[in-house]
Amino acid sequence: MPKPELIYTTYIRTTPEKLWNAITNPEFARQYWGGNENVSDWQPGSKWAHVTGDAERAIRVTGKVVESVPPRRLVLTWADPADEADVSRVTFEIEPIDDEVRLIVIHGDFQPGSDMVNRVSGGWPRVLSSLKSFLETGKALKVATCGSKHATAGAHA
Amino acid sequence: MVADEDKVFKALADASRRELLDRLRLRGGLTLGELCQGHDMSRQAVTKHLVLLEAANLVVSVKHGREKLHYLNPVPINEIYMRWIGKFERKQVQALFNLKQALKENG
Repeated sequence: MPKPELIYTTYIRTTPEKLWNAITNPEFARQYWGGNENVSDWQPGSKWAHVTGDAERAIRVTGKVVESVPPRRLVLTWADPADEADVSRVTFEIEPIDDEVRLIVIHGDFQPGSDMVNRVSGGWPRVLSSLKSFLETGKALKVATCGSKHATAGAHA
Repeated sequence: MVADEDKVFKALADASRRELLDRLRLRGGLTLGELCQGHDMSRQAVTKHLVLLEAANLVVSVKHGREKLHYLNPVPINEIYMRWIGKFERKQVQALFNLKQALKENG
């Protein structure tokens, strides 16, 4: 197994169920993930897509559900729909610790020579801060992603 | 919440710990041994710093086989950034940062 390349963690005052829902329910994801949604039936082997929440419904990221153990663990493959061979892997681990829930996001298994690591490393901290704020206060933070009008090169996630 | 933020600021208030974060930013997944290399700090001192950085959630470690790998976790720093820099100020702050970098590079 190669070394994971990006690991992020945040502690959120919420429940594992609410956190799972925030990631997998389009109604919630749209509110903190730069207006984008994660769409799937979340069954292992199913497809999933990161889609803009506007009328365009543009697919920004696509992949398959590798593992799905609600509300604790979700493993996805992750690729730009324009280049699905450039696939990587994202793992969400959700663990209650005292009165908080720890979310760990591991993004790794990048293809050799892929620039995906650079495209997502700016975005994940913003998405996770916004997710924390959304779950704790009901208010998300402004997140620029490639799916929004405020897109920047480093804000793919 | 306040306690968490205190931990972050205390962890950042030390040049050696900031240097460890700098090195993990350049390359994630370093072991304790790798973090000690090229350092005038003892292994014990580096371990102590890592404990504080992990408590502040600025460093995450994962077990990988027999090794423990360390990664920079920038999420708490992003929270500080989001708290004091509003969305309308971001461009101006970035422009000032770019100007400062450009002036530095020009000596």
